[in-house]
Amino acid sequence: MRTTTLKSGAAVIAAGAILASAAWADPFMDDTLIVNGEIEITTVAPAPDHLEGALPELISGWHYRTEETRDMERDDFDNPAMLYVEQAETVWNTVEGDAGESCASCHGGPEAFEGFWAAQPKVNPADGTLWSAEMYINDCRENRMGAEAWGWDSQPMKNMTALIASVSRGMPMNVQIDGDHAPYWERGKEIYYTRYGQMELSCANCHEDNNGNMIRADHLSQGHINGFPTYRLKQANLVSRHNRFRGCIRDTRAEPYAVGSDDFLALELYVASRANGLSIEGPAVRN
Amino acid sequence: MADVKPRVRVPSTASAGETIVIKTLINHTMESGQRKDSSGNPIPRQIINRFTAEFNGETVVDVELEPAISTNPYFEFEATVPETGEFKFTWYDDDGSVYETTSEVEVS
Amino acid sequence: MELTRRGIMAMGAGVAAATLLPALPARAAVEDAIAEFTGGAPVGEGGIALDTPEIAENGNTVPVSVSAPGAVSIMLLAAGNPSPDVATFNFGPLAATQSASTRIRLAGTQDVVAIAKMSDGSFVQARNEVKVTIGGCGG
Repeated sequence: MRTTTLKSGAAVIAAGAILASAAWADPFMDDTLIVNGEIEITTVAPAPDHLEGALPELISGWHYRTEETRDMERDDFDNPAMLYVEQAETVWNTVEGDAGESCASCHGGPEAFEGFWAAQPKVNPADGTLWSAEMYINDCRENRMGAEAWGWDSQPMKNMTALIASVSRGMPMNVQIDGDHAPYWERGKEIYYTRYGQMELSCANCHEDNNGNMIRADHLSQGHINGFPTYRLKQANLVSRHNRFRGCIRDTRAEPYAVGSDDFLALELYVASRANGLSIEGPAVRN
Repeated sequence: MADVKPRVRVPSTASAGETIVIKTLINHTMESGQRKDSSGNPIPRQIINRFTAEFNGETVVDVELEPAISTNPYFEFEATVPETGEFKFTWYDDDGSVYETTSEVEVS
Repeated sequence: MELTRRGIMAMGAGVAAATLLPALPARAAVEDAIAEFTGGAPVGEGGIALDTPEIAENGNTVPVSVSAPGAVSIMLLAAGNPSPDVATFNFGPLAATQSASTRIRLAGTQDVVAIAKMSDGSFVQARNEVKVTIGGCGG
């Protein structure tokens, strides 16, 4: 008998208690993802060394969704996220700001950014600090285009990050964790394993210790961000990486860090590194 | 509504009388009228209420939509093309806006 | 597992409405919608296929397909939504098959109903239960 929901009395979520599992809890591994019949997406990969065995292998969040949701990602027409990518393409070609330039004026086509997303977040050599894609985009807008910065989770920013991610699809996630990235990576790792909130849950409690199990009605994945920004069926819109972090931490009943904060930048680097080797899937479709 | 852009997937060639699969998608919030804003005020309904597909002026499908159709309405259906011509796809918004796109098919 | 005070408070205070929504309204509303479509004529079974997921990953976007060869129109209803009407597909002469797929919103676990009006004026229906899960750490 399939049990997909847990009545509120049946499972206690407190101080890292065991989460109940259900018959269909394990990921659906018997499926491969090729987008548009051409982009091969690596959805299963060996775990990177730095994990030291914390995960036996990497599995993309795609495998944890139902068949209908997985199907939506196979074709750019069916993938609702691509509607937003199209909107970003229009913006890409539109002149904006005092400098009278569009993204296209300097960069040509979006394919100029192939590989960019796979290495985000990345230390900017200009100031030696860790920057996320949203920051690189706003830097261009403010300092080179003379245009206004976009809010981190504003629609135009989400659309543009989806466009930038989409041209890296199929390429392996490959963020740097050593050298000048090391201090950020260590901070991110610290956050990942810290228990937060009234429920005292760390990222690891769910995504490392309990991936494949159900948390109430949600099927827990390994918590990778290779699919972000992702089209979430729940919001029927794109969701950014930091926004997802906020949601998770809020769900432990803690006060989340702010989008764009140093803490989330560090966490973004660490979480991205956990997926080094999986293909960039963004913008993906998730529940 | 500004920024509403339909997209359609229609084969560009077909044989006479062949069945072709058509997919359509349009970005639209499909505000159901059930939601409330942060102050508790109901957000007024605004949806696409009708979608039509015609080929050379003849109806393929005419859909009445209700608020239960998801954001970014998606339709897939099948059409026969008797001869070379043009598909016209039309979406009607509650606010009176009409969105349209066309697609040519060459029939051999 | 011992239920700690913290655990109970966390469950009660934090977590949203348990799992499935409480008893959904109006068996009446869906029967009314059907009666309006059929004009009270009897509704048979067979000759109509309704494809729905057994479990919808999210009630916001549930893919459904319906097919009724020879139908003039097909009405889709969601028996447990605040209002049961979902869509009505009217097929013209150039519809190769009387079938369509779309994505719909379901407010909770409920029956999805498809009723086809056939070219001879008769009606047939199909009805599937779709489980809609809510609650979790989906954020």
